[in-house]
Amino acid sequence: MDKDQIIPTHQVWDQLDTSRIPFWAYTDPGIYKRELEKLFYTNHWCYVGLEAEIPEIGDFKRTVIGERSVIMVRSSNDEIQVIENVCAHRGMQFCRKNHGNTDNFTCPYHQWYYDLEGNLLGVPFKRGVKQDGEWKGGMSKNFDTAEHSLTKLRVARRGGVVFATFDQGMESFEDYIGSDMLHYFDRMFNGRKLTLLGYNKQRIPGNWKLMMENIKDPYHPGLLHTWFVTFGLWRADNRSELKMDQHYRHAAMISTRGSAGKDKQTTNVSSFKEHMELNDPRFLDVEVEPWWNGPTAVMMTLFPSVILQQQVNSVSTRHIQPNGHGSFDFVWTHFGYEDDTPEMTQRRLRQANLFGPAGFVSADDGEVIEFSQQGFEQKPFHRALAELGGHEIGNTDHMVSETLIRGMYDYWRKMMEI
Amino acid sequence: MTTDLFLQLNNFYQDNAAAIDQERWDDWMETFTDDCIYRIQSRENFDRNLPMAALSMEGMGMLKDRIYGITETIFHDPYHQTHVVSAPRVISIEGEVIHAEANYAVFRTKNDGIAQIFNVGRYIDQIQTSDTGFKLKSRICVFDNDMILNSLIYPI
Repeated sequence: MDKDQIIPTHQVWDQLDTSRIPFWAYTDPGIYKRELEKLFYTNHWCYVGLEAEIPEIGDFKRTVIGERSVIMVRSSNDEIQVIENVCAHRGMQFCRKNHGNTDNFTCPYHQWYYDLEGNLLGVPFKRGVKQDGEWKGGMSKNFDTAEHSLTKLRVARRGGVVFATFDQGMESFEDYIGSDMLHYFDRMFNGRKLTLLGYNKQRIPGNWKLMMENIKDPYHPGLLHTWFVTFGLWRADNRSELKMDQHYRHAAMISTRGSAGKDKQTTNVSSFKEHMELNDPRFLDVEVEPWWNGPTAVMMTLFPSVILQQQVNSVSTRHIQPNGHGSFDFVWTHFGYEDDTPEMTQRRLRQANLFGPAGFVSADDGEVIEFSQQGFEQKPFHRALAELGGHEIGNTDHMVSETLIRGMYDYWRKMMEI
Repeated sequence: MTTDLFLQLNNFYQDNAAAIDQERWDDWMETFTDDCIYRIQSRENFDRNLPMAALSMEGMGMLKDRIYGITETIFHDPYHQTHVVSAPRVISIEGEVIHAEANYAVFRTKNDGIAQIFNVGRYIDQIQTSDTGFKLKSRICVFDNDMILNSLIYPI
């Protein structure tokens, strides 16, 4: 008898549809292991970084896909490689620096060394040692260095952003994100060179999917984030659209800033602060940029690994790096464009105070994710509810809907076979 | 530098930290000049000369806005901070400005919890001296943590 038939290893979705999400989807370590296999290590392109992070030949950055440590490296003119940070010999994670510049990778343990493409160039004592005129020890005669490269990932680059996958049979990046999402991707990464402004990193004690859901949930910003509602950056009555790819895995929340301040839609929101005014309005010194073509905020989720942020002049990627079912690292990479004036760079930096682990409108996202996870852990037999806008899944021309979350779980169930 | 001046400087550091730990925000803001810089930045960004910071405030207006944010608008778990600040290391004195650094460790304690090491680093400061005392013209808190433990609400 198969082990599967004795102990049920597959959870069953015991809910009507994806407007109800069982808490075990966030708390079960077995589910999490399968997510790593089915969502991060196969079938998906995962974010690894920006080309601007490794401008020179030999520049590298250490990062992760799921829990697997990888290195993004510029190997030669205009070539970018992504290789797994596991030595072909004894499996050591040999690269310890966050970033750097090198002409080869050498594992310190036994000094196996690799070129920037991940090819094994040589191993010490391959032929053994010569004693009394005789070669002793060494690798087998048929040992072929060409068969012991580092694991090389497939790489996709578009607009200065680098994605990679362990899945050699993966569809093209463009097919993976689909034409509707590609439109918004290309809007932000339209071929101009990016400039790196720096990082913000936080460890959030919650399931990684909660961060995807946070950016597929236009219900909360105008309620949780007092700043947004008070200054009209994100409000229920802003002109807005919710869009998904055909599989419902990726999404964009597209919104255009309305008037700030008091009106009928905001005065019944308890977080609205009627007399709130900034002592220093430079936090919100917004300058409209031509590439926006209208929307003042586009928040994209590219499932499963990254969020692309445009909130007025602040642009960043937010990389989801899970480490267990109940925790993930969230790495923000802020950038600008090569043709930014010094004033625009300053503006992006000032507006960055709204975002990140200390941000006026982001610090509280990490907090609510932590306390949601606590709620799930205490009653894993229960379920969450996502019924705003009904039960159906589809694009909308308003923000009062949780359709993107329902869509994500529709896709998740297919991939996870649950 | 005279012993008196050093003791005065040391007191200034301890007073600043005590104002944070006791959540006396007006007193904390009083330790800054009107045109101050206050930044909380990871060591990684600082060492690589990348301008991004977890927080980057310019001037008293921004400090006031931050204090309003942490007391009125940002939802967060309640917590207390305790700072341990080393004696300052005076780097140089240029006219009325003292360049000094001090190491700090900040412990965070939440309800139902025990103290955690929340943030560890060093202050890189420029201190404006005058007849009425000291004020921070610039403070950069360069922290060692690669990861901030979820969110950072209060000043460091």
